[in-house]
Amino acid sequence: MSNEPAYLTKGPDAVLMRLLKGLTHDVTNRRLIILLVALVVVFGLLIGERFFSQATVQSMAFQLPELGILSLAMMITLVSGGLNLAIISTANLCALTMAYIMTTHVPGAEGFIWVGWQIIAICAGLAVAAVIGLLNGFVIAYLGVSPILTTLGTMTMVKGIAIGMTRGNVLSGLPEPIVFIGNGTVYGIPTAMIVFAIVAIPVAIMLGRTPTGAATYMIGSNEKATRYSGIDTKRVILRVYLISSLLAAIAGLVMMARFNSANASYAESYLLVTILAAVLGGVDPMGGFGKIAGLILSLIILQVISSAFNLLNFSQFLTLAIWGTILVAVMAVPNIRRRLGFAD
Amino acid sequence: MHDLFQRLKRRHEFWLASVIAVLVVYLSIATQGFLTLQNLFDLLTSYAFLGILAAGLLVVLISGGIDISFTATASIAQYITMLLANKYGLDWFSVFAIAIIVGLVLGAINAVLIDRLQISSIIVSIATLNIFYGLLVFVTGGKYIYSLPSWFGKGIYWFEYVDAEEISYGLNLQILALFVMFTITWLLLNRTNIGRQIYALGGNREAAQRLGFNVFRLNILVYCYMGLTAGVASLIQAQLAQSVAPTVLVGKELDVLAAVVLGGASLAGGVGTVLGTILGLALLAIMQNGLILIGVSSYWSQFFVGLVILLSVSATALSARRKRKGNLIE
Repeated sequence: MSNEPAYLTKGPDAVLMRLLKGLTHDVTNRRLIILLVALVVVFGLLIGERFFSQATVQSMAFQLPELGILSLAMMITLVSGGLNLAIISTANLCALTMAYIMTTHVPGAEGFIWVGWQIIAICAGLAVAAVIGLLNGFVIAYLGVSPILTTLGTMTMVKGIAIGMTRGNVLSGLPEPIVFIGNGTVYGIPTAMIVFAIVAIPVAIMLGRTPTGAATYMIGSNEKATRYSGIDTKRVILRVYLISSLLAAIAGLVMMARFNSANASYAESYLLVTILAAVLGGVDPMGGFGKIAGLILSLIILQVISSAFNLLNFSQFLTLAIWGTILVAVMAVPNIRRRLGFAD
Repeated sequence: MHDLFQRLKRRHEFWLASVIAVLVVYLSIATQGFLTLQNLFDLLTSYAFLGILAAGLLVVLISGGIDISFTATASIAQYITMLLANKYGLDWFSVFAIAIIVGLVLGAINAVLIDRLQISSIIVSIATLNIFYGLLVFVTGGKYIYSLPSWFGKGIYWFEYVDAEEISYGLNLQILALFVMFTITWLLLNRTNIGRQIYALGGNREAAQRLGFNVFRLNILVYCYMGLTAGVASLIQAQLAQSVAPTVLVGKELDVLAAVVLGGASLAGGVGTVLGTILGLALLAIMQNGLILIGVSSYWSQFFVGLVILLSVSATALSARRKRKGNLIE
C-alpha cells in the first residue's frame, strides 16, 4: 500500500479512483470519467428517459465532430508549447475555397467530371490550409516569433482575405455528397462522426507512436533541451502547424457540409472553446502534456452538458457559463487536494 | 548625434514612430481628408474604447499575465450601470463609480482564481470570459437597452468649436477619458513604486517573490486595474453607441491584444511601455483610416491589419535575434 500514489489512498475520491485503476492509467482521465458519470446520472434524473433516447444520442453525435476536429487542431499546437488562433479563420477560408469551386463548377458537370470537381475542390481547400500552416510554422519556427502573436496576425489576415474575396457574403447550395458528410448517417452513425474518427485516429498515432509525436511532446516540455539533444525542432514545429492547419480545413469541410454553406465568420465563438476543451481534457496550456483520450472525454462532457441544457430548455449561454465553471473547477482540483493535505 | 541615433535604433518605439510618420506624410499628401482636425477628432473618439482597454491590458501583460475576459467585464459593467441609471436617474460621477466598481469586482475574481488556485492566467480568463458573458446574456436574455438617460446621451463637450462648414468638434467624453486613462497608466507604471514592482514581477516572478514582494496584492491590483479600465471603456462606448448591447463587445479582445503587442509589450512579461501602446494603437487606427481614405474597399482592411501585425512581429523578432548575436560578439 505504501507504494501507491496518494490519489489512490487519500482524499474523498480515492475509492472511485481505485475502481477506475484498471480502465486507464491517466489520473486526469479518471477524474474526467467520474465527472462524466456524475453528469449523466444527474441529468438522467432531471430529464428522465428522453436524455437516453436514440434521438438525443444521435444529435450529440452530430454536434460533437465540428468542435472535436477544431479542438484536435488546437490541441497539437498546445502540446508543442504553442497555440493556433488561426484555426477558425483557416477553416472558413478553406470552406469558402471548396464552396466556391463546388458552386461554380459542379452543377454543370456530370459523371466522372462531377466527382472530379468535388475532389479538386477538397484538394484546393487542403492546399490553402497547407499554405497557411506553412506560413505559421515558418514564422514561428524559423523567425522565432511567439505562436500567439504569429497566429493572431495570420488569423486576422486569413479572415481578411475571406472577407475581401466574398465581401462578407455566404456561399451556399453545395452538391449532395458534400451535404451528406454533414447531415447523413451510415448505419445510424452520423457521417461527420466517422470523419472525426478517421481524423482522430491518425493524430493519436502520430502523437503517441511516431518520432514526430515524441518530439512534439519534448518541444512542449523544453524546446532548448530538445534542440540540444539533436532533434531538428524547427522542422517538427513546422509540421505541427501544417497538420493543425490541415485539421482546420477538414473541420471547415464538416462545418460547410452541416450548414450547406460557407462564410468568412462562421463558428468564431468556437476559438476559445477549443482551448477550453483541450485544457479540460488534460492538455497542459504550457505544453508537453495531453492525450487524445482526455480530449475526447472532455468533448463528450461538454456535449453532454450542452445537450442536456438544451433538453431542459436552458439558454445556450448558460451552457457557456457552466463550461467555464467546469474548467476552473477541474483545473483547481490538484490545488485543492494539496490544500486539504491529499497531495498527488 | 550619431550616438543618439544608435540608441534610438534599438527602441521598438522608434521604428513604430518612423512607420507612422511615413504613413502620415503619405496620407497627408495623397488624400484631402486625412490631415484635418475633424478626422483627428473622429479617430480619437472611435478608438478611445480600444485604447483605454489597451492601457489596462498593457499593465497585465507587463506583470507577466494575460486577461481576455475584459470584454465580458465591460459588457456587464455597461449593462448594470445603464439599468441603474435608467431606474434611478444618477449623474456622471455615480455612473462611472458603479461601472468601475463592477470592473474591480470582476477583476478581483480573476486575480483570486489565478493567484490562489495557481491556474495560468490565460485559462482563467478564457473560463471567466465564458462565465461572465454566458451569465450576462442568460440573465438579460440578450436584450438591448436603447433608451439611455438624456444627460448621458448628450455626452460632454468642452471647448466646443464650430468651424466655417458648421461642423462642431471639441474635447468630448471619449477623448477626455482616453487621455486620463493613459496618463494614470503612465503614472502608475513610471512614477510609483508599485509600477516598478509590476515590471519586476513580470521580469522574474521567482526573484520578485524572494525579494519579499506581496505577489497576491500585486496580482489583485493588476487585474483590478484591468477591470477598472474595462468599466470606464464600457461607459464611453455606450455613450458613443447610444445604446447597450450585451453581445457586441465580446469578440474584440484580440483586437486590443493586437494593439498592445504591436506596441512592443511582450507576452512573457516585464516589457512594455505606454508610449509603445499608444503608437501600436495609432498605427492600427491610421492604417485602417488611411485605407478607407485612399479608396481601398473596407472589406479588405482586415487583411492589411493582419499583414501589418505579421510583418511587425516578424521584424521585431529578427532585430531581437540580431541584437542577441551582436551581444555575443561584444
